[in-house]
Amino acid sequence: MQHKVIDTKDVVIRFAGDSGDGMQLTGSLFADMSAIFGNGLSTFPDYPAEIRAPHGTVSGVSGFQVHIGSEQVTTPGDFCDLLVAMNPAALKANAKWLKRTAMVLMDADTFDEDGLKRAGLGEDPITELHIEDRTIIVAPITTLTHESLKDSGLDKKTIEKCKNMFTLGMACYIYNRPMEYIFQYLERKFGKKKPELVEPNKKVLKDGFNYAANIQAIANTYSIEPAQQPKGLYRNINGNQATAWGLLAAAEKANLPLFCGSYPITPATGILEELALHKSLGAKTVQAEDEIAGVCTAIGAAFAGNLAVTTTSGPGLSLKSEALGLAVMTELPLVVVDVQRAGPSTGIPTKTEQTDLNQALYGRNGECPMVVMAAHSPAHCFDAAFNAAKIAVEHMTPVLLLTEGFLGNGSEPWLIPSMKDYPKIVPPFAQPNTVYKPFQRDPETLVRRWAVPGMAGCEHRVGGLEKNHDGVISSDPANHEMMCRERYEKVQRVPVPKLEVECGPLKGGRLLVVSWGGTYGHVSSAVNAAMAEDCDVAFAHFDYIMPLPSNTADVFANYDKILVCELNSGQFVNYLRAELPQFKYAQLNKVQGQPFLVQEIVDAIKSNY
Amino acid sequence: MPRYTFKEFKSDQEVRWCPGCGDHGVLAALQRALPDVTEALGYSKERYVVVSGIGCSSRLPYYMNTYGFHSIHGRATAISTGIKVANPDLTVWQACGDGDALAIGGNHFIHAVRRNVDINIILFNNQIYGLTKGQYSPTSRFGAISKTSPYGTVEQPFNPGSLVLGAKGTFFARSLDSELKLNSEIMLAAAKHDGCSVMEMLVNCVIFNDGTHKVISDKEHRADRTIVLRHGEKMIFGKNRDKGLVLDGMGLRVVTIGENGVTENDVLVHDAHSDNVGIHMMLADMKYPDFPVALGVIRDVKAVTYDDGVRDQVIDQKAKSKIQCVDDLLRSGSTWEVK
Repeated sequence: MQHKVIDTKDVVIRFAGDSGDGMQLTGSLFADMSAIFGNGLSTFPDYPAEIRAPHGTVSGVSGFQVHIGSEQVTTPGDFCDLLVAMNPAALKANAKWLKRTAMVLMDADTFDEDGLKRAGLGEDPITELHIEDRTIIVAPITTLTHESLKDSGLDKKTIEKCKNMFTLGMACYIYNRPMEYIFQYLERKFGKKKPELVEPNKKVLKDGFNYAANIQAIANTYSIEPAQQPKGLYRNINGNQATAWGLLAAAEKANLPLFCGSYPITPATGILEELALHKSLGAKTVQAEDEIAGVCTAIGAAFAGNLAVTTTSGPGLSLKSEALGLAVMTELPLVVVDVQRAGPSTGIPTKTEQTDLNQALYGRNGECPMVVMAAHSPAHCFDAAFNAAKIAVEHMTPVLLLTEGFLGNGSEPWLIPSMKDYPKIVPPFAQPNTVYKPFQRDPETLVRRWAVPGMAGCEHRVGGLEKNHDGVISSDPANHEMMCRERYEKVQRVPVPKLEVECGPLKGGRLLVVSWGGTYGHVSSAVNAAMAEDCDVAFAHFDYIMPLPSNTADVFANYDKILVCELNSGQFVNYLRAELPQFKYAQLNKVQGQPFLVQEIVDAIKSNY
Repeated sequence: MPRYTFKEFKSDQEVRWCPGCGDHGVLAALQRALPDVTEALGYSKERYVVVSGIGCSSRLPYYMNTYGFHSIHGRATAISTGIKVANPDLTVWQACGDGDALAIGGNHFIHAVRRNVDINIILFNNQIYGLTKGQYSPTSRFGAISKTSPYGTVEQPFNPGSLVLGAKGTFFARSLDSELKLNSEIMLAAAKHDGCSVMEMLVNCVIFNDGTHKVISDKEHRADRTIVLRHGEKMIFGKNRDKGLVLDGMGLRVVTIGENGVTENDVLVHDAHSDNVGIHMMLADMKYPDFPVALGVIRDVKAVTYDDGVRDQVIDQKAKSKIQCVDDLLRSGSTWEVK
């Protein structure tokens, strides 16, 4: 058989196995290696809430999808070209994500009677799962890993932990990946602490590569050329890391110490963990006793003059509601990050959704407006967090930044910016020893001045009780209404970038497709696909929700219909209906704890066109 | 620095507690203590922050001419923690009630004590919810009749002292609302203490729980039914200064000096600085009529503070780390160049 190397534009690979099989690591390594190779890249970790669910069961399957391309890639891909299934359960859970032309790589050693039974499969899983027409490669990966390391002196358990390297080696062969990066990774990871593991892992990786090269089952291999990218220094970054770094950047530009009070919660914990690492940049982190203490320590820190942050996910945001009202009432700068997950209640903690928008906009007692904004990709979390902090500090308001599990855990290559290109952040500090009235406002922006304890002559009291401009408690009806209006108007006057139509007709269009948050990549891909099929649709994406961009109505007026795509039952479209009732809206919604498939959006565009 | 008087710590706001409320006395003690604190520790007035939650006593920040934060129910301790960690140069005082600190805010309270955050918590204990007009609190005695316990409570109360000591608290003191001088003395000691200082003030609610502490606070009996503890001094009490505390087996016992061959030498000397929490726990737990109720500083021990710990790690990492600015951070770890 003649071996062919086929040039291909993009491929999607899904690594799947037991929660303990190291699939997240295998997928990340494949992604990082491809990023360094220069491919466009997007990743999607899809893992269960259980740390170690029952061995071999479908509920314990952990997956990591990588989409690489010779051009920019904006989504992790709907369906995969290669599925690595480390056991029958992984095959069962992921068979539905296989392209017609897909290849499946299975560890034969796990497809025994016991393994099939645990996965709830019969004797012939290939037929049962209707995947007979795919290219199935059955390799005894566990046995081969043992064989590879029989002289290593490692114990059985340690050897079995290396089998993910065998599959990674095979994947490297199939997609012509240079393995140098993985060698370096292994040296970095084990070099100092467990040097005895470096060579065995390298050997298994190489043996996997050679095995794939030698078996006849793999007819063709694929080459994905590096993407054309702007010049510069790149790194791979996930959304939680980017959020943390954006906050650190804002603290530097504001010349304020960063304070983060948070409580661990999936999928937001990564932000707190990342900030805890960077004390050299002045970040103080308090792992609070609960979500309420997280936000309350942050409010205290804001009063004391720090750039204060609290990070959480849906249920945690519910717990913080009352304190967020206090932050609105005291008009202190505070960044709240909500990495949304599938709800309500505990919901599906590791799965992504956009269902906290209503909570962000309305989830507090009284009239309680705050800025609400959203990040649209893993790397964009950096700019979104920076801008959230800039608005919070300069406008003396809490800002709620919505990201999503999909963004927090997903990663993409990022052209590293330079801090000199970011604007200064100027806190509206009061002048010491002048007459200070806590709620006296700037006539244009309605922003109050910030007097921080330690500033002589500006002693004052804030709190949850309604006050007048002088900071004196007031239950005067007219004053209360005026203060409510001013707090709302202050948020409305925050200047946010104009809404831009990214593609399609600017005027006289039939359909404007609209999205917000982490669906950006899927929706923009779908719009491009629809345009390629001669649907002349336009596309606009919202990074700011409260306030809306000032030109939103002007943009909408150019289209017959607005199709709003979001991962909830219609929270943004209903907000738009309330704010801008003069337009005709259609909606595409999905509440499955999963991202959109591009095809679902294309179908919705066609049926609304 | 000029010496402040209590007047500088009084705000221009009208004090709106009920006439006869015990909170007035605690406020007066604080306003009188802070000039001494300021002198002893070299603070300036703008470094004081007074924090509170919700409840009658939580109005206190409005009456202090300092930075103040009247927050939400139960959360004062978390807000104080944030303020102190954000800027350890500030000196943070907190006013909270028994419902505020021990019911809705119980979690924050025990964790601030456990972490030893350097804040000064004045716990106004009137054993009742006053601002909501008379419901029982977590310190109401078993069987207490209130609007929400018309047939008496069926739950055991917290003793704030044993709660604090059980959470490895480093400073606990107790006093009565009317003990102006003792209270200022306690507040000065709390200010000097590095770490979380809890001062339980037994206050009277004239409207909803009048006389709840009367059995010990009554002028007639106070000397016999309470004991003021001072570090290094004999545990002697009584109108005639003839009663004392001695160790008897595993516990304490009240003795009368001059009876049964007991002399002053047999009486215990208070050691507030002892690490051993056992005897402090016994002192904090003493109840009338078997024992006098302990007032004064019961425990005051040295330990590292949370806010220092957080600050020191920042200083340490700033000195050690290669990452000195965000540009360094962005370029750290795995990167690659597209040419």
